[in-house]
Amino acid sequence: MEKRLSRHLSKLVLVPSAMLVFIAIYLFIAWTAWISVSSSRVMPVYDFVGLEQFVRLWSTPRWIIAVQNITIFTSLFLILTIFLGLLIAILLDQRIRAEGLLRGIYLYPMALSFIVTGTAWKWIMNPGLGIQKVVRDLGWASFTFDWIADPRFAIYTVVIAAVWQSTGFTMAIFLAGLRGIDGSIIKAAQIDGASLPHIYAKVILPMLRPALLSVVVLLSHIAIKSFDLVLALTGGGPGSATELPSTFMFSASFRRNQLGVGAASAIMMLMTIAATLVPYLYREFRSERDA
Amino acid sequence: MPRIRFDRVFIYGSLIFIAAIYLMPLWVMIATSIKDLDEIYAGSFVALPKSITFEPWAKAWATACVGTECAGLRGYFLNSILMCLPAVAISTLIGSINGYALTKWRFRGSKLLFGLMMFGCFLPLQSVLLPIAFTVGRLGLAGTIWSLILVHSVYGIAFTTLFFRNYFITIPDELVRAAIIDGAGFFRIYWSVILPTSTPIIVVSCIWQFTSIWNDFLFGVSLTSGQNAPMTVALNNIVNVTMGRKQYNVDMAAAMIAGLPTLLVYVVAGRYFVRGLTAGAVKG
Amino acid sequence: MATLSIDKVRKTFGAVTVLHDISLDVGDGEFLVLLGPSGCGKSTLLNMIAGLEEISGGEIRIDGKRINERHAKERDIAMVFQSYALYPTMSVRRNIEFGMRVRKVPKREREDAVKRVADLLQIAQLLERKPSQLSGGQRQRVAMGRALVRDPKLFLFDEPLSNLDAKLRVDMRTEIKKLYHRLRTTVVYVTHDQIEAMTMATKVAVMKDGYIQQFADPTTVYETPETLYVARFVGSPAMNIIPATLTASGRVDINPGGIAISGVKLSATAITTFAGKRVLLGVRPENIEKTNGSHNTFDVQIDVVEPTGPDTLAFFRLGETDAVARLQPRSVETGGQARLTIDASKAILFDPKTDLRIK
Repeated sequence: MEKRLSRHLSKLVLVPSAMLVFIAIYLFIAWTAWISVSSSRVMPVYDFVGLEQFVRLWSTPRWIIAVQNITIFTSLFLILTIFLGLLIAILLDQRIRAEGLLRGIYLYPMALSFIVTGTAWKWIMNPGLGIQKVVRDLGWASFTFDWIADPRFAIYTVVIAAVWQSTGFTMAIFLAGLRGIDGSIIKAAQIDGASLPHIYAKVILPMLRPALLSVVVLLSHIAIKSFDLVLALTGGGPGSATELPSTFMFSASFRRNQLGVGAASAIMMLMTIAATLVPYLYREFRSERDA
Repeated sequence: MPRIRFDRVFIYGSLIFIAAIYLMPLWVMIATSIKDLDEIYAGSFVALPKSITFEPWAKAWATACVGTECAGLRGYFLNSILMCLPAVAISTLIGSINGYALTKWRFRGSKLLFGLMMFGCFLPLQSVLLPIAFTVGRLGLAGTIWSLILVHSVYGIAFTTLFFRNYFITIPDELVRAAIIDGAGFFRIYWSVILPTSTPIIVVSCIWQFTSIWNDFLFGVSLTSGQNAPMTVALNNIVNVTMGRKQYNVDMAAAMIAGLPTLLVYVVAGRYFVRGLTAGAVKG
Repeated sequence: MATLSIDKVRKTFGAVTVLHDISLDVGDGEFLVLLGPSGCGKSTLLNMIAGLEEISGGEIRIDGKRINERHAKERDIAMVFQSYALYPTMSVRRNIEFGMRVRKVPKREREDAVKRVADLLQIAQLLERKPSQLSGGQRQRVAMGRALVRDPKLFLFDEPLSNLDAKLRVDMRTEIKKLYHRLRTTVVYVTHDQIEAMTMATKVAVMKDGYIQQFADPTTVYETPETLYVARFVGSPAMNIIPATLTASGRVDINPGGIAISGVKLSATAITTFAGKRVLLGVRPENIEKTNGSHNTFDVQIDVVEPTGPDTLAFFRLGETDAVARLQPRSVETGGQARLTIDASKAILFDPKTDLRIK
């Protein structure tokens, strides 16, 4: 029966992709996991040494710095982008002329490679020739902004550049969320006598919770994967001041001949992302099924 | 939405101020890239160029040093194009058929399959990078553009399937049923009924894929080197490896060259770019 | 032109049975309406006839031949969907001839067929337009054109009028009926609107939860509903269902109020079985009239009056429940008193335990 043929065809057509996905994602993850419990150094060795590589990983100071950095980075990144993105979205929602143009301006950084962003901001925050010099030239002779060269503050420069790049994204999502709110709810609140800031706080923002959730999940996974930006902006330095798990993994695996440790760090990254993601995806699919 | 009783001036003022901050880096890149090197070292980085020169651009394109080669970005630009076009086409094509099969010919487990595929969008590439490198080596593609084309196509499928699936799910099933009664089969329906209505999402998919593949660095730096590297890797090399006096103007020109294609796409078709961004994000 | 036999057809989705042993026989040229609320299984049954759903059990025969295994395109059927399902990127002409193109019908034949159908439905001037440029009624006709051009044995309609506004719905209903009379092709029509069913069908199958409650011509379904469900579903305003008691003499007593109704058509067996028991008296609003007489009458106070134009609906309390009567315009007032009578010959009784009509 030809309808059966079509039905079979549809499954057939998905087989290559399904296989590719299975191999490229799940098999490869398993592979990485095996290496992380093997004694691999320069080349992969398929033995089993338990959690030795993980122990080694967690006793490496550089890794500890990386974990500290990623925590600082991710939290600041999330807080700032969400706050700014929400603020801009609310401002834009006030029936602004040239809204399209402004939106375009806030979003264009997302079209750029992180390398380009890193390069530009590296120049801007250059102590001798960037912001520090400009402000000093304006008269404020003791102004210092050499964070990028200061091991204590370098990580914050990464935050600045990343926030600049990604705030447009949160803005877009919050704006879409705001636009999706039924105007009659607002009117009902106004009839009830609430003032506009009050309405924002008590009625509108709570309704943005799904958007907020999306943003947190998507941004955290972008943050945890940060690699290009750091490399271009600070190169991981000064020293290892801006080392992140991604840069650590890269150098361990491809430069320092420590495949096992590199794989272990990759598995750590995976587990962190899975922890935030799996509950989110599961809920999304549940609600779609019930809907 | 009702108006906040703020001063309109405050709102516009804030927005314009923020816009200025956003545009500043772009301005700085452009301005620096057309300045004379002495002027850069002497003057302020936000100031207008006193005299305009396009020499930095010429240098960046043809003579800047990437590693030991000093032939500018031109070759790497080409590499990126060679890498992007096939990968965009392949991932978009496969994604569209996947989205079609998953939504219009549902079967038990199609939702699960889609979920498993979707995970690919969130995958931290570090967790599969090592196996990718080994596999690419085994396939004899190590260090070539082909490795990048392969890798970007495969991992792009997760995104493109997501786009097309979310789009096709809004097409009424009755359309497919009518076509079945008319006697059309799986591919005929795809070709005559579904594809003609897909133009918007095809554009979204292509723009999104082009942007992420062009801007990729991780795969580029892990799987290729030297002559075969894409733009982003070359740019990083130019900027981070300097001998002698740092030529900031050339650096910025190089960054501009690297960023212009995606920026141009964004300016021309930004609307579709936004649709791609929010495609998977806002659900209710 | 074909007969349709649905023989003990069953449909299951996993563990859930959606259609239970459906059996219907439709003669050549009949207009069958599957009537019921959402979820009763009518669309599923239609899709099974069309070949869009698998048949879990039983047999469907067109012109005596079993078609369970046949692909939709080989069943010689055509279907009009609720949302018309017109191919949005194709012109009207392309929409209509798509099926022919798939079958590789030569161009000349295609053009003739399209012209024939376009003239019949008066859409010839729309042939080069796209569906988005058409009004609701025009899209309807294009959808019908696409179906007509297949010259089918069986015409299937899946709630085609639900998406139209009230006035358009009435117009299109008449058009479909005219077309039907002209072509005399067998039709299976699915709807939840009982007016459509009553006005268009030659046979009605009232469905509920995957079962057929009654299968008969519209008049029979209207005047002698077999179940309480059918009685309530068909007819607007709905039939009055009044709790009462049957006496040994065949008289129906309604209390409180001491109202006695005699003359309800009942068999002797029915009277013996139900004497002294509670029954439900079914009376249609148009069978309650204002009167000055004394047979089968009762005096009520009118609670609400709804003038509809051609009549006036009067709402009042009858026994334990609220009832409505369809009266002459301006014959009663809100709050006023009225003497009403029931035409017992048109009334029926239901068994409260089984919801079935007492025969």
